Amino acid sequence: MKRNWSYIIGAIILLVLPLVLSDFRLNLLGKFLTFAIVAIAIDLIWGYTGILSLGHGVFFSLGAYCMGMYLKLRAEELPDFMMWSGLEQVPWFWRPFHHFWFALPMAIIVPAVFAMLIGIPTFRAGIRGVYFSILTQALALVVSIFFIGQQPYTGGTNGITNFQDILGYPLSEASTMRGLYIVTVVVLIVIFVLSRWLVGTKTGRVLVAIRDGENRLKFLGYNTSLFKVGIFSLSAAMAGLAGALFVPQVGIISPSMMGILPSVEMAIWVAVGGRGTLSGAVIGALSVNFAKSYLSETFPDVWLYFLGALFIGVVLFFPEGIVGVFERFSRRKARQALVAEQEQV
Amino acid sequence: MSAEIILSQVFNGLSLSSILLLIGLGLSITFGIMGVINFAHGEFLMIGAYTAYILQKVFVGQDGGTYFLFSLPLAFLVAGGIGFLLEKSLIRFLYGRPYESILATWGLSLILQQMARNIFGANNVEVTAPEWLRGGITLMEGLRLPYNRLFIMAIALLSVAGMYIYLYRSTGGRRMRAVMQNRDMSACMGIKTRSVDSLTFSIGCGLAGIAGSAVSLLGSIGPSTGQNYIIDAFMVVVLGGVGNLAGTIAGAVMIGIASPLFEFITTSSMGKVIVFALVIVFLQWKPSGLFALKTRSLD
Repeated sequence: MKRNWSYIIGAIILLVLPLVLSDFRLNLLGKFLTFAIVAIAIDLIWGYTGILSLGHGVFFSLGAYCMGMYLKLRAEELPDFMMWSGLEQVPWFWRPFHHFWFALPMAIIVPAVFAMLIGIPTFRAGIRGVYFSILTQALALVVSIFFIGQQPYTGGTNGITNFQDILGYPLSEASTMRGLYIVTVVVLIVIFVLSRWLVGTKTGRVLVAIRDGENRLKFLGYNTSLFKVGIFSLSAAMAGLAGALFVPQVGIISPSMMGILPSVEMAIWVAVGGRGTLSGAVIGALSVNFAKSYLSETFPDVWLYFLGALFIGVVLFFPEGIVGVFERFSRRKARQALVAEQEQV
Repeated sequence: MSAEIILSQVFNGLSLSSILLLIGLGLSITFGIMGVINFAHGEFLMIGAYTAYILQKVFVGQDGGTYFLFSLPLAFLVAGGIGFLLEKSLIRFLYGRPYESILATWGLSLILQQMARNIFGANNVEVTAPEWLRGGITLMEGLRLPYNRLFIMAIALLSVAGMYIYLYRSTGGRRMRAVMQNRDMSACMGIKTRSVDSLTFSIGCGLAGIAGSAVSLLGSIGPSTGQNYIIDAFMVVVLGGVGNLAGTIAGAVMIGIASPLFEFITTSSMGKVIVFALVIVFLQWKPSGLFALKTRSLD
């Protein structure tokens, strides 16, 4: 009960912040909130289902590219990088992205379908655990190399940028940014509530059972690959949606969000916050990114040392993350209170 | 396609295979014996490469190229030594916890890369190949086998031979195989599994160091040189099956040849996609890799 109240308060604070924060900070927070959505997606598949996906940058970026294609076509008839690469016309698979209501569903569907294409053969072959994680790493590498290499169609290393407006609202206006922020907060709240609900259903319990004892579950007759493919695709779709919210707020999408390092970083957000607790995902995403923002500005060299040490520290010393530390603390307090009570008697 | 082009592609592929083999061996035995996935393995390659670089700086101008022969065992010792230290301080807390080892060694990899950047600078540096390694054998018109690549292949073969002799013909190697196959039983039989673990990890890192020293012959090296090879090396291990020599060799040959081949046929980026797709298809047939240890356990 107390927890639900803290969530509601958190949500209200987020919604009210545009009145208080400067535009720059609000934009930054909006970006971090899209990361929080990805973190929830990763928590669902890692914290609850036990599958460490180190390639979620791919799904995030696929969604972002879909939205980016729409934004680019709004800004220019023939995108600049296509012109430089000698294309005379917009390719056929770009054309439908003229329409927002094609781009947005695509940002969700494309990553989900891609996840299914990867997930079905791998999960059905029984590839599990770390082998799957290694494959997702390879996936991140391969897709980012692919996008870099296909410059005429994807903008190559530079990605897609130089947008002007979204649905008619200019991206240079602070009011548009504020609007996007509010949309992000609402989406985050909806995704959070939905994930909470999902985790409490029987399906959610099956997922946890996959994490804790997949073999037993298989012997009980469950088709675990089906559930795994399902949650993998759902997770990918969420990440894609987050990407679609990311790109108008940040103004660029490039393969740098797609590769191995960003994907592993996303997993660390969840680990730092506390996996298996959705709030941990949000807290982890926000805290690590704020730390990164601060450290990269003040001590740019130190950031990678800090990140590396964070990886090691979280694994060795704080496997339950920030949320775990809080819970341990509150449990200790509760125990102390109980002991004190008994002593009085 | 003319014979020369095909042959030279195959040769380039084999040369890449030999590097992947050296790296993959270390990964394979580390994972097979200790259940630790070492994502910092590429950085041990980098350490080996920088060892060759430092050696070159120390012996600059002197003596043509014999110093390079020293760089190989030195790289083995330096990388192996650093690996030993890391094993004692960090890696031993990760045994049997593969997920945790992925994240922790990733963090280690970031730290090592940044350290290299701070010590040596972020830019790549050159290690000039000694004179006797420049040039090559010209087999026919348009087909030239560079000496440095032949040298690397020779090193890889020697290392594999050395590993084979150690693993299958020595007591230490027998202990290692025992621990790989059944850790608890080996401990019951009186094998000091902790010592085997440290030794295994150090040897694995040392092999990566040798690979790094060899890679320095091929071009400039830098803090992120390890990253270029690590994913392919993991593919080798996944493909070949964990913990065995034959599998790593097979995997290295497959990936080493397929990668440049497909990159040559299509384009560089498409090539990698095709290889990845082929790996996934292959894993349908053999999910545990080509020569996986046959056990009755479900996992």
